[in-house]
Amino acid sequence: MNQIKAREAVEAAAGRIAVGEPIIEFDHVVKQYKAARSGRKGAAAPKAVDDVSLTINKGDIFGIIGYSGAGKSTLVRMINALEQPTSGTVTVLGERISSMSEGKLRPFRQKIGMIFQQFNLFSTKTVADNIRFPLKLDHWREDYQEQRVRELLDFVGLSEHADKYPSQLSGGQKQRVGIARALATNPQILLADEATSALDPETTTEVLELLKRVNEQLGVTIVLITHQMNVVQQIANRVAVMSAGKVVERGDVYDVFAAPKEPITKRFIATAMSGLPDEQRVAEMRKQWPGRIVTVVIRQHDIVDGDGKPLITASGQNISDLIAKFGVTSSLLYGGIDTVRGIAIGAITYEFSGDQSHVDEFLAALAKDSDVVDFGTKEQPVPYAEAVEKAGIATPVMSPDNADGDDPHDADDSAIMNDSVATDESSRLKADWNDLEQVDDMVDVTDPRALEARSEEERQ
Amino acid sequence: MTNTLIADGTVTLASRTDWSVLKPILWQSIGQTLEMVCITLVVGGILGLVLGVFLYGTRPGNLFENAVVYRILDIIVNIVRPIPFIIFLAAMQPVTIAVIGTSIGTSAAIFPMCVMCTFATSRLVEQNLVPVDPGVIEAARSMGASKLRIIWSVLIPEALAPLILAYAFLFISVLDMSAMAGYIGGGGLGNFAIAYGYQKFDQTVTWTAVIIMIVLVQVVQAIANAIAKHLLKR
Repeated sequence: MNQIKAREAVEAAAGRIAVGEPIIEFDHVVKQYKAARSGRKGAAAPKAVDDVSLTINKGDIFGIIGYSGAGKSTLVRMINALEQPTSGTVTVLGERISSMSEGKLRPFRQKIGMIFQQFNLFSTKTVADNIRFPLKLDHWREDYQEQRVRELLDFVGLSEHADKYPSQLSGGQKQRVGIARALATNPQILLADEATSALDPETTTEVLELLKRVNEQLGVTIVLITHQMNVVQQIANRVAVMSAGKVVERGDVYDVFAAPKEPITKRFIATAMSGLPDEQRVAEMRKQWPGRIVTVVIRQHDIVDGDGKPLITASGQNISDLIAKFGVTSSLLYGGIDTVRGIAIGAITYEFSGDQSHVDEFLAALAKDSDVVDFGTKEQPVPYAEAVEKAGIATPVMSPDNADGDDPHDADDSAIMNDSVATDESSRLKADWNDLEQVDDMVDVTDPRALEARSEEERQ
Repeated sequence: MTNTLIADGTVTLASRTDWSVLKPILWQSIGQTLEMVCITLVVGGILGLVLGVFLYGTRPGNLFENAVVYRILDIIVNIVRPIPFIIFLAAMQPVTIAVIGTSIGTSAAIFPMCVMCTFATSRLVEQNLVPVDPGVIEAARSMGASKLRIIWSVLIPEALAPLILAYAFLFISVLDMSAMAGYIGGGGLGNFAIAYGYQKFDQTVTWTAVIIMIVLVQVVQAIANAIAKHLLKR
């Protein structure tokens, strides 16, 4: 009886929420585990979540990004009350769930689907029975169950695999079963806990496309936690960056991408997007090309704050005009352009040559409306760190070694060490540059084949 | 039979075995063994399953996390399990009299067997539930499943194949226990082998009992293996 009442309350509350209105609200939420875990007697237990206030609106695909130990998993588990906050309140679908009893929570949880990094399918149940399980819990009539399972299998494209066991499926297929199972009872919210972290890049894109479809066609609000910036970039519309239990930065995905404020955000963005060459590559380019090596940051749009005031302007948009106007010779050496929610962002590195004064004038004119990193020439090189610092843009500093440490505070410490990157990080840089090449729409202009393929595509 | 042995003054095997006398006793013994083993497996197996789930559930980080209860149960199981069954049988005598009303006979043997089987099962069940992926349990929780539902519909099915093998293993332990029932007049194949084989220097009788027990164990193990294999194919 109580359960039915609770469910009615949930449905009534949920019915009132329109697209764009808050569906999940964290208000000064703190989660502190017992000190025993840290093993240090007397030391205060670290706060897994530290005073987080965050609003997620209906219809959002909300990305929460952070290194492991940043508290994002704990935060997301408070949305379906798998974890309860130590203090503060969590309001979901209009219900204050942080004070609900376990009995009331059970029907409530059926309104919130969840998918996992390791899929967490029931290994002894078939694909169809996995999807059927939440329907059984919800006491659906058998024929309705049957129909719903078929619908869902069709939606995720696994109709022919209904009677297989999870072990017979590929990772991408398993996650699609996970999604179908999470959607079975028509939830309004889907929580994705590192849902693509165990998948290869191609399958990741597939699963992200499916999640996008879930959001667009079924109107399900998605909360996506990840440590991969390109996941956020591919589907989220809003993002929060977490570090050491706190939300350090939040906003529209494009704004955060184009104008990151926090070092940790810059670092995440550098892993997902940037055409900025690393130090080694700049040195090579200086050796190979006689002219001035300059990286121009590309931003298609201005970024404005909530009141329409520009935070950061577009960049690199008039470069062709200026090259023509000043009569400098340019060669494209390196770069990458990404699209974040359909808007171009990235960096292109040129070699500019010609009359010295022309080049200087040209660069001055270019720097007026654009962010420019001047690496100088072979004869007059500008040190890498100095050039980048002068331009005031994010450096592609990669994940710190201790990012996977248990102590969430470690991640914060290394964030401060952002500027002390030396050559010993170069192997790491390389690894991450390899990752970059998997990013959609990104062309390495140092590879003539890639450029050729690109221009052919455009001609068609 | 005894007379002929004494008259000859020598011990000859097999030829002296009088099956017309022994056959009904053998059948009765097989019946007693099956009775003791089956009742013990059902009663001890079910109680042990419950206790095992309790042990697993109260472990730190699990569904019914309760360090105090877990510690107490853990200690009790650890105390009872290593006691040799023949000593346990004797030690339990006052309790057996209180519960069953007698300390002699098949029923009197079944009671301590059930108790020991419960403890043995509980540990086996616990050990086979621990490897179940906690992520699967979290997934069930996220769907709004109750704790009992999670145990019944997720936890036990996920561990079913190893649990079945554990019960086959238990069958052997219980058969072993039943062999000692003879000491308190419980009868059974063990008693048959000792009383009519060993103590009468009749190896044929002893080996008949041994072979029957081997066949019983093989049959049960083969069935369990087949079921577990079928379940694991998934």
